[in-house]
Amino acid sequence: MSNAATHETTTTTADEGASASGAGDVHHEHASDLLYIKIAVLLAVLTAMEVAYPYIVTDGVALAAPLLVMMAIKFVIIAAYFMHLKFDSKVLTRIFYTGLILAVGVYVIALATFRIFGN
Amino acid sequence: MTETSTTEGELADARTLEQEAEGRAAEADYHLGAYHEGVDHDHTLTNTGMSNDKLAMWVFLGSECLLFGGLISTFLLYKHNNLAGGPTPHDLYDIKLTSISSFVLLMSSLTMVLGVSAIQRGEESRMRLWLMTTAVLGATFISGQVYEFQVFVKEGMGFTTNSAASAFYGLTGFHGVHVTLGIVMLLSAVVLSAAGRIPQARAESVEIVGLYWHFVDVVWVLIFTIVYLIP
Repeated sequence: MSNAATHETTTTTADEGASASGAGDVHHEHASDLLYIKIAVLLAVLTAMEVAYPYIVTDGVALAAPLLVMMAIKFVIIAAYFMHLKFDSKVLTRIFYTGLILAVGVYVIALATFRIFGN
Repeated sequence: MTETSTTEGELADARTLEQEAEGRAAEADYHLGAYHEGVDHDHTLTNTGMSNDKLAMWVFLGSECLLFGGLISTFLLYKHNNLAGGPTPHDLYDIKLTSISSFVLLMSSLTMVLGVSAIQRGEESRMRLWLMTTAVLGATFISGQVYEFQVFVKEGMGFTTNSAASAFYGLTGFHGVHVTLGIVMLLSAVVLSAAGRIPQARAESVEIVGLYWHFVDVVWVLIFTIVYLIP
């Protein structure tokens, strides 16, 4: 079942000339070159929106929140597709996001501590 | 009689185990031989079932999250701190220039992934072209950063002018060093490939360089928003 599913996904995501890891012996799925280009266009559009947004809203949570959301979307897209986390072993995803979550957690606590005890 | 049967049974079990071990050894030899001859594509003879090199790179990148997390947090703490006088980074930002730099680095991730895709298909010359393009885009980004630093210093914001300046230069400078190292890795991969030492069977080495490059890009995504765009 899982092999069949993997093969099916591979054939649907890979374009004619692209993809995979070598002739005949396909273990990993990869996106097609066309998909990579589409993702890059999406990232460029998101970046343009990020740059334009501060001209519309200049301060406060209304500025920061959408910017942080767009940043997070860009981060996840790059990690999932360009870094192949979507197609690779889940262990790699766990390793990377464990480091990331640990970093965010530790530094949010550190910043909160400075905020509380700083003055 | 019973003792004899037991011994024969044990011998049969031992023979079976021996045959299985020989089979596994032969399979391993086959894959290793194929790998050394440059025809093996995807076999990883590790306990985890995935390449140790790739796993090591991911663990390294996970630890890098902590490094950059620390630098970003330091910047957030000190970004308005100019007790020592002088301008803070926020007074001097050139968002247009940084936006162009960000776009360039983003596009370098595209060329990088196309390079990885090319070597996985066995197109070595195309891979070299994409990697060279990535290196050029990376160098363009670094040029923009050097120019930005030069302008900031001229405006009176040196590395030790105030805490905000130190935190800014520390964070963006560290990122710049990472990009520079990435360019060195890319150029090394191009040279090795030109010497015929990165065939399709070793596409993973290019993929690992790509992981590092994308990480550098993804860190810039965070820096661009948190440092430059949010006041």
